Parts: sequence; structure tokens; C-alpha cells
Amino acid sequence: MVKATRKPLEQIVEMVKGYQRVLVVGCGGCSSVCLAGGQRETQELAQDLLEHARSAKVPRQCDTLVVERQCNPELLQEAEEQARNADCIISMACGAGAGLMADAFPTTPVVPGLDTMFIGVDRDVGYYEERCRSCGTCMLGDTGGICPVTRCSKGVLNGPCGGTKEDGSCELAGGIHCAWHDIHERLKGQGRLDKLLIVRPPMEWVDRGPRVLVQKGYEERYAKK
Amino acid sequence: MKSGSNLEKVLEAGHFAVTAELGPPAGSDVEYVRKKAELLRGAVDAVNVTDNQTAVVRMSSAAVSALLVQMGIEPVMQMVCRDRNRIAMQSDILGAVALGIRNLTCLTGDHQGFGNQAGAKKVYDLDSVQLVSAARRMRDEHRLLGSEEDLLGQVPLFIGAAANPFAKPYEFRALRLAKKAEAGADYVQTQCVFDVAMFAEWMKAVRDLGVTKKCRILAGVIPLKSAGMTRYMVENVPGVIIPEEIQKRMADAPKGKGSEVGLAICAEIIQQLRAIEGVSGIHIMAIEWEQKVRQIVETARLLPRPQVA
Repeated sequence: MVKATRKPLEQIVEMVKGYQRVLVVGCGGCSSVCLAGGQRETQELAQDLLEHARSAKVPRQCDTLVVERQCNPELLQEAEEQARNADCIISMACGAGAGLMADAFPTTPVVPGLDTMFIGVDRDVGYYEERCRSCGTCMLGDTGGICPVTRCSKGVLNGPCGGTKEDGSCELAGGIHCAWHDIHERLKGQGRLDKLLIVRPPMEWVDRGPRVLVQKGYEERYAKK
Repeated sequence: MKSGSNLEKVLEAGHFAVTAELGPPAGSDVEYVRKKAELLRGAVDAVNVTDNQTAVVRMSSAAVSALLVQMGIEPVMQMVCRDRNRIAMQSDILGAVALGIRNLTCLTGDHQGFGNQAGAKKVYDLDSVQLVSAARRMRDEHRLLGSEEDLLGQVPLFIGAAANPFAKPYEFRALRLAKKAEAGADYVQTQCVFDVAMFAEWMKAVRDLGVTKKCRILAGVIPLKSAGMTRYMVENVPGVIIPEEIQKRMADAPKGKGSEVGLAICAEIIQQLRAIEGVSGIHIMAIEWEQKVRQIVETARLLPRPQVA
């Protein structure tokens, strides 16, 4: 799922400066799961903003609402009435959800309450690791399930580069594992080292503006749109 | 001849080749380049020009290589994958050839996190193996990646890469070099060797894979300047192994004699490397110590450098 984290309060305060009636909208999807934008975090942010307003002696009113997901226009309708009464909306969803919220209420400023970090997995409660860059060309089948695009800090496809350390970590500080070292170990364990002998050609990046996905079976339905 | 470069000729004639590294200035000072280059003139067969090494911004390797061409000193232009996508890299290769550059060493490149532009966006559109392959396609098929259109003019390049026998997973390192050779590397310049026994073992694996038949191996050496530098390298430079015996010799060097001991160790290592089957030359990385290269080559009895027509 998408992993996100709350922006520093000062940044949010700066973005909502001058707006009296602020609506904080949480998201029950990914950002709730990663403890960044669910019910609790939405109320916490509203509290923080009110406290700040009190100490800064600025008038502020904070409403909160959590929608099921912010990445679906129908589910955003639930926010319509409260949004009409707001001078500004803070979205506690990922960037995609915040953007859709801004599209749904184009006359109201929508600002992000979160920084979207990555597509990742839960290592532990509140501890997440990046696992996918959504490159559109999944090669996990050849790499023992370890993604070189995401987990190699240089994203090389014919690794490992010369920077693998003695303990199998990356040359970059921070103790991250060398993805290609791990790929080698896993494929060795599976008796599939031959996969590493192929020279992988350059990636065909599909980097032509925002991508659209129409799932198989739905092509006709959206042919005209 | 693939490129007609001096380095290629020296190697083809069966001589033991010598290359050395020149680090471009952090600035636009041409005199700095000329002074460093003069230190290397006649002492080596070709001069590697590093490409923003350790991700610190310096004068571009293409520009410095072109300055060397003007001076009549043969450059090996290094090109890293960190900063440019395939459009820029193929374009810069064509430009380099036009400027008279004939040797190209293709490298992954140190991560931007090391340097003075840590907030930069990394590129790595191609990796080093793919860059070798792209350069080979330009030279041999006169085509760009993914294009069937003929390029105007020839791309005579001697194409190289790097190899590091001293990084994990050790057992894969010879195979990775084989991939580079398969992609089209005519030569490789290795990470600096201090552990000659380990290097010899790697060389055996490299020979057994048949790599030395199509790809020349230039073994890298770094002269140690002091006990402090030795310690720094042991602690901070990934993929470098300095045996304890060498560390001890550097640590025990009398005050002010560290560089002398370091140069002596370097000379010994070169002699040992020359005896290893399949080693076709050495690559001297005297970091900000270019003035010692001639002495190193002379001590190794590799002067004068051969003149191959």
C-alpha cells in the first residue's frame, strides 16, 4: 500500500494562513493503515491547528471528517456539505487522494497534510519499507522477488555495482541492504543463478505524462471516454 | 583496430599497458589541467579523466579529455550513468569522438549521496553494462539504441569498463565481468588491488570464463600516502580490501616516511600483478598525487613507454 507521513505542523500552518474555517479530511484507505491520515491523526491535526491558533491569537475553526477513501470521486461526495462551508481543506490522503479532492472542489483551496512517501510494506507497527516504484515492468520473476528498480539505490538492472560492502550492505550510509547481493543470495538458494547471467537490456520507461490504466474487460466501456 | 587509440595499439602489440588517472579541477582552471597532464606525459599510454568522481562537481570529463587531445596526450574519457539519460550519453559519445577522444570507460558512478549535490535527482537510465552495449552498438552497427537508422560517420572507440573483485558477492564478480565483456568491453580497469592473492584467485575465475580472450584486464593500483590515508580507506571506502600486513607496514612507517613506504608497496604490488597470467597492464589511481606516477612507472621498470605505429 501507499505509505505517507504527516507534514511538519509549521508547514501546514503556513499553507492554511488566512483561512478561518478549515476542514481536515482523513482517508480510511492507505494513509489510515499507515497511521498518517486516519480518524486519530485527523483529529490530532485539528487539535494541533486549534492550539496553534489560540497561541498565535488567530481566529480558527476546525472541522474534521474521514471518508472511506479519497481516491474515488463517488466517495468524496460525502464531504460535499462540509466542504461548502470551509475556506480551506486539508487532505490527509496520499498525493493522489489530495489531488482528486482538489478536482472535486475546484473553488476551494485544498492543501496536503501529508507527504506521500512510497509503495511499501509493514515491517512492524509504524515501521514501513519501500518495495515498489510502480515502473510498469515488473521483473520480480527474474530477481527472486527482490526489486532492483526500488531496492538498489542506483536502480541498476545488471548489478551488483562495485559498491557492495563486506556485510552485504549498500555503499550508501544507513545500513540498507545491497539489493543485488540479496538477489544473488536468493537465486543461489533456489538454484537459479543462471538468471543473473543474462544481460538485461535498458528499461523501456513509459514516461509520457500521467498514465491511465483500463483493466482487461473494461476496454469497450471506456472506448469513447 | 577498433579505435586506433594508443592504448589499443599498445595492448594489441602485446605490451604491458600503463594508464593513470587525472582528476579534473573543481573549477574552470585550464592551467590546472595542463599542469597535471604534463606530469603524466610520456609516463603512461593513456590518461583516464574521471567523471565527477565521488559525485563532486568538477570540470566535465569530455572537456578535460578534449584539452588532453589538444595537448597530444591520449585521454580515456570516463562516463558515469548517474547524471545523464541515454539521450545525453549517446550524444556526448558522438561529441567525444568528434573531439578526437578514442577511449571510453563506462561506469555506474558513485551515488549522488556522497558528493556536494546530495539533493540531485539520480538518473541511472542505463547501467554500466548497458552503456558498454550502447557504445559497442554505435561503433559496430553505427546505430543508436532502439534505432535502425545509420549514424553519420564512424564511432571508433576502444570501450572499457570497471571491475571490482573485492566486493561481495565475491563468487559473482568474475561472472559480472563476463557480462561486461559479452556486452562489448574491450578492456577493464579494476578496483585498486592490495590483496594480490585474492586478485589472483579472481583472475583465475576470469580466465576460466574465457574473458581474457576478448577483454584486456588492467589491474588498478593506488599508492598509499600515509597511515592516515590507509586507515581512512579501510574504514570508509567500500569495495577496497587492504590486508593487515600492508596496514601494519604503513602504520609502522617512521614519521615522514609514510609516502616512501606506500610507493614501495605499490611497486611490489605491480611486480606481483605482472606475474599473473592474463593481466595486460596496470591502471594507477594516484589520487591528487599525479606527480608520483612517473616515479611509480619508472620503479616498476615500465619506462620508456612503447611507441607503436
